[in-house]
Amino acid sequence: MSKHTFTHLDALESESIHIMREVAAECKNPALLFSGGKDSIVMLRLAEKAFRPAKFPFPLVHIDTEHNFPEVIATRDKLAADLGERLIVRSLEDSIRRGTIVIKNPDLPRNPFQSVTLLETIAEFGFDACMGGARRDEEKARAKERIFSFRDEFGQWDPKNQRPELWDIYNTRVHSGENIRVFPISNWTEMDIWQYIGREQLHIPSIYYAHEREVIRRNGMLVPISDLVKPKPGEKVEVATVRFRTVGDVTCTAPVESNARTVDEIIAETASTRITERGATRMDDQTSDASMELRKKEGYF
Amino acid sequence: MSTTTQLLRFITAGSVDDGKSTLIGRLLHDSKSIFEDQYSAISKTSEKRGMTAVDLSLLTDGLQAEREQGITIDVAYRYFATPKRKFIIGDTPGHEQYTRNMVTAASTANLVVILIDARRGVLVQTRRHTYLASLVGVPHVVLAVNKMDMADYSQARFDEIVAEYKAFAAQLNLHDVTCIPLSALVGDMVVDRGDKLNWYQGPTLMEKLESVEIDHDVNTTDFRFPVQWVCRPQTEEYHDFRGFMGRIEAGEVSVGDEITVLPSGRSSKVKEIVTLDGNLQTAFAPQSITITLNDEIDISRGDMFAKADYLPTVAKEFAAMLCWLSETPLDKNRKYLVKHTTRTAKCLFSSIDYRVDVNTLEQHANPAVNMNDIVRVAMKVQQPLAFDHYKRNRASGSFIVIDEASNNTVAAGMIV
Repeated sequence: MSKHTFTHLDALESESIHIMREVAAECKNPALLFSGGKDSIVMLRLAEKAFRPAKFPFPLVHIDTEHNFPEVIATRDKLAADLGERLIVRSLEDSIRRGTIVIKNPDLPRNPFQSVTLLETIAEFGFDACMGGARRDEEKARAKERIFSFRDEFGQWDPKNQRPELWDIYNTRVHSGENIRVFPISNWTEMDIWQYIGREQLHIPSIYYAHEREVIRRNGMLVPISDLVKPKPGEKVEVATVRFRTVGDVTCTAPVESNARTVDEIIAETASTRITERGATRMDDQTSDASMELRKKEGYF
Repeated sequence: MSTTTQLLRFITAGSVDDGKSTLIGRLLHDSKSIFEDQYSAISKTSEKRGMTAVDLSLLTDGLQAEREQGITIDVAYRYFATPKRKFIIGDTPGHEQYTRNMVTAASTANLVVILIDARRGVLVQTRRHTYLASLVGVPHVVLAVNKMDMADYSQARFDEIVAEYKAFAAQLNLHDVTCIPLSALVGDMVVDRGDKLNWYQGPTLMEKLESVEIDHDVNTTDFRFPVQWVCRPQTEEYHDFRGFMGRIEAGEVSVGDEITVLPSGRSSKVKEIVTLDGNLQTAFAPQSITITLNDEIDISRGDMFAKADYLPTVAKEFAAMLCWLSETPLDKNRKYLVKHTTRTAKCLFSSIDYRVDVNTLEQHANPAVNMNDIVRVAMKVQQPLAFDHYKRNRASGSFIVIDEASNNTVAAGMIV
């Protein structure tokens, strides 16, 4: 590598590695949140870059809604096993059994409840820092969040009380009981993620690539048919060629129509798309202009 | 955008009245970085507020808390890309917390766009923004003379403003200053040239952002490598492996180079430069790498590798310019923590020499130190730090001050 080829991806990668190493060095008991989605797969590669030839100095943690795409869970398990890293899975079902989550309608999205299980998992293992793959370009509440984001004992984010972040000097200090969410890929965009997946030849779940799927059209979005989502009376099921730009709760993640079957084709499509990633794919973000901000204040990533 | 584009971080300084949000909106809009759902959301809001045209400034509106209270919080980061570069904008609001916010955003910026209204010319706040840019050492300055449409697109007016501004900037040792006449509202000289400013031959704002030379924004000569993490895999395969992980903050290093470990002063030779993608012969700032050495010497997090041809200063006392960030004033009788590169140590302020009035640049002796104040101080630290003057090396000349009781970051420091 010469000085003349230090690209934006190199700059972002080096910044993310630096952040992960700061977390490992300064936090007592960190964890890396890993779902098997594309952003967390990029995080896993960055952790390899940061810590190999040693093992990661933290476990991988997945907060499972059990509203999953099977391809994503398969990828999650395979990647963790291939890397030989420890994967901790805690499920919303655990919280439901404990009675800390009460689900009135089993078909509704479970994203809002993830915060409960996450906070219980943080308490169970005593994690003082959780690294997540959120990006600032995803959503305007995230655009204003720090890379090291402090949460009080209730896991709450207070947007008006954030520590200033200067240079690359991060203040990681917390009082006992508090914890930090750390976002090493804050400065990456959807395009950067795809370019990096291409450059690093990362294995991602097949549903990110164009495939045929049964869907219904609801409020301008394509809703995938699954065990949890059935057509309502009058709705017509059709087979469309689609891919997922994000993967989350299967009941509230919509695919987009696409013929992009390779990373290069996805990059070309991402360059010309006119709709934001979450705007196109997340039904739960559409409920109000401040949905994400409210969830973050409750302890969400 | 290809995978070989560079990353440029810039900030905009100016008040709402100068059209700062409109300028950012214009850059995003004309570079086709606004998505349809974002555009339709701000169209709806513009309509609700009774505006006739889409208010591009709404794009930088963020949180519910802000919309309800009509305020802007701290710094928001925005992203866009052109075929030539990827950009990160640090967007800071223009109210009374401005000094703190601007210093924060400027600390990572390659370039600052200082916005002024062509009708009002160089104001007190223009001088303040320019002083802060020079204090934080932002390498490139663009003076955007906005609202040229309201000033008859007058070349004479532009020339007059430029002459006054350049005289001021010269006093502050700002070397790379580019002045551009533009209209963010109409779109002249932002991305497109428009047809009203034909007397101006220089680059549009976008051309400047796409072409400014940033390879030398980091110090490329004085090797500085703060050790972040010591890697000891203790597996069979890597039984004796002892790697020093960190990011090269300045300069470069090659296999076989003799390095000095500070503060101990011991030296060794670089055996390998390890990365996941294979070993390197040479690595340079700002790469994150792992270094192994020929000799077993005692090294831990917080130590710094440098080369003997230009070593940093190792000392327990130094002078610094400080931007106080906290609502709680500085207490001279208390001890604080300083975090400098990867080393954190207890510190105290042995003297507070003067406060700089950011509007007039006058110095006031024996000041109290409140939020947004810029002061010169003398500091003592419990353990020696390996540092450089901030002007020579941003990475090894900067530090933050942490209040041990609240854990808050209370000041940003630049060693002088």
